[in-house]
Parts: sequence; C-alpha cells; structure tokens
Amino acid sequence: MLDKIILAILVSSMAFFSVYITTPFLIKVLEKRNLTVKDYNRVGGAMVPRPGGPSILVGILASELTLYAFFSFSSVEILAIIITTSIAFVVGLIDDCKVLGGWFKPVALAISAIPIILLGAYNPHLSFPLFGFVRIPELYIALIIFMIPVTGNTINSIDVLNGVASRFMIITSFALTASLFIIHNYDIALASLPLGFVSLAFYKYHKFPSRIFPGDSGALTLGAMYGALAIVGHVEIIAAVALLPAVINSFLFLSSVKRIIEHRQIKSNPVTHTDDFKLMATTDKEAPITLVRLILAGGPMTEKQVGFVIFRLAIFSAVLAIVTAFMMGVKI
Amino acid sequence: MKEIQIFLFIFVMWILIIVGGGLLVSIVAPMTINGYGKLGSILDSGVKALIAMILVVVWIFTLSKIKNWIFHKQIKN
Repeated sequence: MLDKIILAILVSSMAFFSVYITTPFLIKVLEKRNLTVKDYNRVGGAMVPRPGGPSILVGILASELTLYAFFSFSSVEILAIIITTSIAFVVGLIDDCKVLGGWFKPVALAISAIPIILLGAYNPHLSFPLFGFVRIPELYIALIIFMIPVTGNTINSIDVLNGVASRFMIITSFALTASLFIIHNYDIALASLPLGFVSLAFYKYHKFPSRIFPGDSGALTLGAMYGALAIVGHVEIIAAVALLPAVINSFLFLSSVKRIIEHRQIKSNPVTHTDDFKLMATTDKEAPITLVRLILAGGPMTEKQVGFVIFRLAIFSAVLAIVTAFMMGVKI
Repeated sequence: MKEIQIFLFIFVMWILIIVGGGLLVSIVAPMTINGYGKLGSILDSGVKALIAMILVVVWIFTLSKIKNWIFHKQIKN
C-alpha cells in the first residue's frame, strides 16, 4: 500500500508541476506568435493566448508515461488512456487552427476511442447502482465509440467563461478518483489522479481573469481522458453522474438548436452584456438555451458569480457521483 | 435566479439514471429468445439493443418534458 501512496504522490506532483511550469512558457510563445483571441466578457476585450492544450498534454503524458514505463500494473489500460487522449488532443489542435464543420469533432473523437477497443482495455459489463450489471459485448463497443465524443464535446461546451472548464474538471475528476477508490479499483484511481492535478495547475492560469484559454485542444484532451478513464475503470455511470451539469448544458443546447453545430456557427449569442459589463441572458428568441443563459435568467451577474454557480452545481454532481459509487456495493 | 431549479433538474436526471439502470438490469437483461437456432443469440441481442434504445429515447423525451416543466419561466423569458 505504501508503494502506491508514494506512486500517487509522484504522479500527482509530475502532473501538477509539468503544467504549472510549462504554461507560462506556452503563454509567451502564443503571445509572440500572436495566437490570441478576444475575451468578449472582459471590459476592453483583452486578447488572451490560446490554446493551452499543449501544456495540458505535457502534464498528462509526463505522469501517465511514468506510470506506464516504470510500473507494470494496468499497462494496457494506461496505454489506451495515453493514446486516446493524445489523438483527442490532435483533433482539438486541428480544430483550434482551422474552422471545421460541426460533425468533424464527434467523428474524429469517435476514431480516438478505437485504441481502447483494439487494446481490449475494457470490460463489456455496464454496472448500475443497486441493481448489479448487464453484459453487453456488442453494445459496449458502440458505447465506447459514443462515450469519448460525448465527454470530449461536453467539456468543450462548458468552456465558455474564464476558469469554468478547468475548475469543473478539478471537481469532476477528483470525484471520479474518489469513486474508483470506493469501488476498490486502485490502479485506475492512480491513473486518474493526473487529470485532477493537471486541471488544478492549469486553473492557476485559466481562472478569472484568464491568462490563457485551453482551446479545443485543451478541453477535448481533458474530456477524452475523462471518458477513457470511465471506460477502463468500469465507472461509466458514476462518470456520467459527475458530469451532469455539463451534460445539461449540452442537452439544453442540442434541444434548442435541434442539430449538431459548432458554437462559432451560432448567429445569436445566448448571453449579452449590461452597461456595467455584467452578463445578461439575451431576449433573442433565436439564441440557443444554455446553462449560463438559464443561470442568468433571474438577472444579470458578473462572470465570477456565474462561474461560482457552476462550481456549486459541479460540487452537487460530484457528491451524487460519490453516493452512486457507494450504491454500487449495495444490491436490492 | 432560482438556482434550486437547476439542482432539482440534476437530481431528477440522477434518479432517472438509477431507475433506467434498474429497468435494464432487472427486466431487459434476463429476457431470452429461444427457438430460432443460430439466429437466436443475434435476435436476442438485437431485441435487447432495440429495447435499450427505446428506453434512451423515452429517457430523453421525459427529460425534455421535465426540463420544460422546471424551467418553464426561464425558457419563456
């Protein structure tokens, strides 16, 4: 047990400090190359470097490769996490550099799930709280291909305000780690630690006022790794519960626009500004319904206040996920 | 803002996930289709997959109705 505690400290430190140290350099490089985007929610519209995906990937690879190279446990699962996450990063980076159609990301992310299937890093059982599990060999492969695009795009869709995506990932991934410990899947719990610590280190630079945006490469990397962990750790349902606020955001968006489109293709913005630069829900009937728009329906709020509401929702879902993990051990 | 409504929506989603899982595990999974030879297992999986997909559609439909009910005022705004 002691060796695993030491290992946990080692990979967590590697994940955290890799991102903590490399991100300032990335910010400088992006600024030098003029790879910046306007922060429309900030007074004066400051230009913020993007994407932060490369430093996030460095943190994930440094820690996961250490686990893979020096420790023999769950090597197939860790390899599947590394490859899927890396492909998702490339997909995101392409999307950061080039404006592509709404279908590109889901299809490309579905391809990034294939290494999990080819390496056989899954167990075709779907476990439900209280009722046990179902064995679905053929359907489970479809579930894998479906899950990575869903988690990737869901995290990407919540990356709308300063610090929201990274803070959301901190809470969600630590809830997933806690759940993996509760169901005694210690190896994958160890492999999941870097996700939380990478998000924590990135949050230092992403929090309001952001010094860097994760971009599609950052958000998809985090989301795809989360999905891969859920599959190889056999905690699909728990992972879905922890992700519920982001799922609601995607659900509201899709049910209002009724098709898969890129955020940048939306003509009417769901959020507008007051004279004192607070965020305010638009009255435009054509604008999609999003989580932020719903939060703002009661009246204008500052960006920080909206972020704090999403933070409370994430905490609530994390608690439900941990309750679900405990319920996995109970059969009725 | 009635933040409580969003919390309620998350809670309802969670309950629906648990109930849906219960239906799958205790009713759909134990079902067996026999008497079709080699086609039996394919038919068995196909029917179960179809029921699962119908359940997902019902789940989304229910969620959409609950969403309209919970966020009625906000969506109208």
